Amino acid sequence: MPGLITMDDLSNEEILSILDDAQRLLPVAQGETYLPLLQGKILGNLFFEPSTRTRMSFETAMKRLGGDVVNLGDVKTSSVVKGETLFDTIQMVDGYTDIIAMRHPRQGAAQYAQDAARVPILNGGDGAGHHPTQTMLDLFTIQQAHGRLDGLKVILAGDLRYGRTVHSLSHALIRFGCELVLASPSLLKMPKEIVNDLNAHGANITETEDLLGSLETADVVYMTRIQKERFADEDEYAKVAGAYKLHASNLEGAKEDMIIMHPLPRVDEIHPSVDQTRHARYFEQAFNGVVARMALLCRLLNIEVPADIGGGA
Amino acid sequence: MSQEHNMRRVTAIRNGTVIDHIPAGQAMRVLEMLGINKTSSVPVSMVMNVPSKKMGTKDIIKVEDRELNQDELNRLALVAPDAHVAIIRAYSVAEKLTIELGDEITNVVRCTFSNCITTNPREPLAHRLKILSRVPLELRCHYCGRPQDLDELANNVI
Repeated sequence: MPGLITMDDLSNEEILSILDDAQRLLPVAQGETYLPLLQGKILGNLFFEPSTRTRMSFETAMKRLGGDVVNLGDVKTSSVVKGETLFDTIQMVDGYTDIIAMRHPRQGAAQYAQDAARVPILNGGDGAGHHPTQTMLDLFTIQQAHGRLDGLKVILAGDLRYGRTVHSLSHALIRFGCELVLASPSLLKMPKEIVNDLNAHGANITETEDLLGSLETADVVYMTRIQKERFADEDEYAKVAGAYKLHASNLEGAKEDMIIMHPLPRVDEIHPSVDQTRHARYFEQAFNGVVARMALLCRLLNIEVPADIGGGA
Repeated sequence: MSQEHNMRRVTAIRNGTVIDHIPAGQAMRVLEMLGINKTSSVPVSMVMNVPSKKMGTKDIIKVEDRELNQDELNRLALVAPDAHVAIIRAYSVAEKLTIELGDEITNVVRCTFSNCITTNPREPLAHRLKILSRVPLELRCHYCGRPQDLDELANNVI
């Protein structure tokens, strides 16, 4: 059964339909309604590298829908440290579970796992590759704020080279006709092959090192963390990272309905003063991880989400 | 210089395989990809950089007493996609083969990206490169999706 490895696994119609399911599942995610759609189903959480939000939101999503979760646990104490291959680990978990959510430091690991597995794999991040379940919650957040996905102007800012969230999101946004501004230091530009792919889809893309220059016309600003370890020396990092920080005072000319998103964790790229503005959406975005993953779990397990759930959705 | 003259640079073989129209300078790489090296016991003749009407210059390889099969030849798609291959029996051409490039190259080369899941030699699934374009040849790893540099790939032959 196919899982979700990259956004190419979903058509635009499927994306919109899953977002509709997510909208209806909101009261279940909020704990207002109990709907055990996934009772008797088991999710295998295989996180080969650290994760807080993705792992916990998958677990919450499964439990809110009446399902259960088994965890790989700490990689340092699992059979992985003894040299077990990913293939063998997947063979084992495949037999224990109905669906697997996985994060792995190696790029391509999710596709590899899908080729080795009988059950669907949900890619929770593979190296600097893809993070499509994050993209689904990002799209849900954008749709919540703007009522649509098409034709928006979106700034993706920060580490576009290693940031897998922006790799998956950019692919999805251009399919909905969004205009993209890729704002990053030259060292952390979006990989050329991704820009080529986006251009091949007829995308309207601007690459720039100037984050603030496009703020006034943007509908969405998607910030990402610039990691210190990507730079040869600390002075260079400090100089570069300083240009990719947002403070409430930067937002005065922004559109009324512009939203600021961040996959979190943030360090200091979004100043706490932004939290109190109408633009901040990153905490709602983190919550939306639960509802988007609930909808994805149901879709990949072929469980239909009822049209009328109740509970004020 | 005629085609016939090129062929006569090395002796005609009685039985074996002739690989003609190899891009100039690629003959060594072809031998490497076919696993023909100093440990192979069969005689091998090779000419490099000879004139060709079609290609300007080309390389030719003759492998005696060994008939290469279609699977072996398909490995050459990366470096000599337009090579002409003849199986020789009793000094005559018994069969003509062409290199077939499908939609994917499987278990011929390893992905060149250092952080691809397939870099672990103990992982058992096949090495798979998808063919995005034939001319020019563009390949991406089935697993990590990275585009492949053809020069680097030649060093990753399995």
